[in-house]
Amino acid sequence: MLEGVLMSMEIRGSMRLIAGLGFASFSAMLTAAEKAVPWQLNMTTGATKIAGEVHDLHMLMFYICCAIGVAVFGAMFWSMFRHRKSRGVTPAQFSHSTTAEVIWTVVPIAILVAMAIPATKTLINMSDSSGTTMTVKITGYQWKWRYDYVEEKVGFVSSLDAKSNEIRRPFSGKDPNAHENYLLDVDKELVLPINTKIRLLITADDVIHSWWVPALGWKRDAIPGFVNEAWTMIDTPGIYRGQCAELCGKDHGFMPIVVRAVNKEDYSTWLADQRGTDTDLRYVQQGKTPAVALTAP
Amino acid sequence: MSAETSTYGHAHDHDDHDHKPKGFLDRWLFTTNHKDIGTLYLVFALVMFFIGGSMAMVIRAELFQPGLQLVHPEFFNQMTTMHALVMIFGAVMPAWVGLANWMIPMMIGAPDMALPRMNNWSFWIMPFAFAILLSTLFMSSGGPAGGWTLYPPLSLQGGNSTAFVIFAIHLMGFSSIMGAINVIATILNMRAPGMNLLNMPIFVWTWLITAFLLILVMPVLAGAVTMLLTDKFFGTSFFNAAGGGDPVMFQHIFWFFGHPEVYILILPAFGVVSEIIPTFSRKPLFGYSAMVYATASIAFLSFIVWAHHMFTVGMPLGAELFFMYSTMLIAVPTGVKIFNWVSTMWKGAMTFETPMLFAISFVILFTIGGFSGLMLAIVPADYQYHDTYFVVAHFHYVLVTGAVFALMAATYYWLPKWSGNMYSERWGKIHFWNTMISANVLFFPQHFLGLAGMPRRIPDYNIAFTGFNQISSIGGFWFGLSQLIFVGVIIHCVYRSKQKATSQVWEGAKGLEWTLPSPAPHHTFQTPPTIDYTKLAHGVH
Repeated sequence: MLEGVLMSMEIRGSMRLIAGLGFASFSAMLTAAEKAVPWQLNMTTGATKIAGEVHDLHMLMFYICCAIGVAVFGAMFWSMFRHRKSRGVTPAQFSHSTTAEVIWTVVPIAILVAMAIPATKTLINMSDSSGTTMTVKITGYQWKWRYDYVEEKVGFVSSLDAKSNEIRRPFSGKDPNAHENYLLDVDKELVLPINTKIRLLITADDVIHSWWVPALGWKRDAIPGFVNEAWTMIDTPGIYRGQCAELCGKDHGFMPIVVRAVNKEDYSTWLADQRGTDTDLRYVQQGKTPAVALTAP
Repeated sequence: MSAETSTYGHAHDHDDHDHKPKGFLDRWLFTTNHKDIGTLYLVFALVMFFIGGSMAMVIRAELFQPGLQLVHPEFFNQMTTMHALVMIFGAVMPAWVGLANWMIPMMIGAPDMALPRMNNWSFWIMPFAFAILLSTLFMSSGGPAGGWTLYPPLSLQGGNSTAFVIFAIHLMGFSSIMGAINVIATILNMRAPGMNLLNMPIFVWTWLITAFLLILVMPVLAGAVTMLLTDKFFGTSFFNAAGGGDPVMFQHIFWFFGHPEVYILILPAFGVVSEIIPTFSRKPLFGYSAMVYATASIAFLSFIVWAHHMFTVGMPLGAELFFMYSTMLIAVPTGVKIFNWVSTMWKGAMTFETPMLFAISFVILFTIGGFSGLMLAIVPADYQYHDTYFVVAHFHYVLVTGAVFALMAATYYWLPKWSGNMYSERWGKIHFWNTMISANVLFFPQHFLGLAGMPRRIPDYNIAFTGFNQISSIGGFWFGLSQLIFVGVIIHCVYRSKQKATSQVWEGAKGLEWTLPSPAPHHTFQTPPTIDYTKLAHGVH
């Protein structure tokens, strides 16, 4: 069915495109940021305050660039229209103006300062991981993620779901359009409570990976031998999907991330169900903590 | 210094400046002539452009639809890695060196480059280096597949072919460093009397600055890849945390090379555009000295922004803020250049031959690439853009619609001088419009893909990303096919065109190269010319 929809999208391309753009941008604003919608044009405001701040910064930058672009390209098109030999004009011969150079050096610097202030504020905010009430350690492997709720002695591996895994085999001939969450689904989700400031410790076992869920508003590299720290506080319950964002070998595109954000009671229930179900709790059972350099905020 | 003399069993006739060596090997393998070496570099670069382009076609073909229809992921990763290595080191950089070789001596009134024999070696290393690099695709361990950025530990998971890749990179580095030394020595020592630093052509200035960048950073790349070599084969742990090393240190070293490298790729383009727009506006370049200072500022700043490629590795807050501010700052001199180009056009009397079409579209489209670059500079936003198609869109705008368009503009601009014939203006324009529109169809949708959440370097994707990937792939095939027109125009111009070019070629062109006949004789300015300041693009101020 989806195949038919997509085929007709190709056939009546431009109409679909226009309708799709309108629908996509509208719906991207309304729905939470579970995952991309077809023809999506822009990042979403996400499921956290930080993601919203990042979105707003992004839009601010975008509007400023649009304004500058309109001015510069407008001048160019005007000039190409008016100042052409075929109109019989005589070329001017002016070749420099120190005043102009000063103006168009100083004004852009002022614009940049105006951009840098909110950007600095948001970055300082994102770097402040004080006040977290729980910690999850995330380890990147070739080619899956492992999540350890370090205080809870719960840990498990999260891999690409079986249905995607079957479809993605090279030359499988199977149709990805039959699977809506193709390459964005896992066999075991990372479950997190909403309205809780959560510390995430991110590392890797083999090569560099990167943990990215767009709805949370950031990504952080997972580097073997080092632990990176990040934090998140999810406002809205829902399912948020992401992918590995650092080339890590042949299955870099096949190790997605799924976060299920639930209210605190549901989280407690889920956590209780997890205890003792995973036998491979290396670090926690042995009482070891990763002996690495924590990156300071 | 003496001009090159050829001895082939008869006395050299000093009046016959068009005397070329007779045998094929003598002419091409043993050449010390800047024009022939320039041609060798340019032809080599064009061949590599098509090789790198074919790899891009494989990438876009696989990405046309979700699912893996054409290649294995391991091979896809080799394609993305090699596409970049070939385009950066095999196409764009040699093409700029080719233009430097052809044009710098003629523009400054010199008979040749300062070190003509080293010049020969600089070129001939390149086919060997690329034979070695490309041969890794046929080795059992396959070609490099960890990205052109070669980050360890992943790049160390390659097989023995890794050693060949590193060796090839060393060879290319030698070539670039020797070429850069030659450029600096030529520009600083061999300008004709009366041609001083503040009236020499702006293209010569941009190459002078680029040459300093090359000398400063190519050794850094050599160091980085040598450490990869020893980590892989000789038991060191530079980048292995278990042995006390740091994978992120590689990134610092690599990008300390890598960021100036991208300015190496673009500064000569700025020079070309600054030559072409005044010619077709029939008006002097606006703000010549500001353009020189801006280029120098960009080159200086390029050394202190490198970690903007690494915002997500987990650097301390202070470092992230520093690199955000320095990266934003580099937009200022770049903006100055854009404003100066527009001011050059303003109140000119423009005509829109093919070189001017490419130059104007450079200004517009490179600026768009600059806007996405400014957005990427903002660290919190970069956390969402990094390693997505938004970055891919950014750098292809600045490299394809930027550097490559400037190379095409330069080719159309100077081809009549090199060949003595006018190219077909009709087919040049057809090439331009097809190339310009298809490049935008190819790369603009990639902004949306990145913002929607599509990571880079993946061979397959969720069905939501299908639409813009299909549009991008169609643009890619269209762009690739359009380049066949370019080859056709060049071959027709050199071998078939009946329309002879004058010395002046372009009505508004100024500079020493336009005082020479078209085609320029094999040896030019054997004696330094007397500079007529009214004939220079930038008179004595």
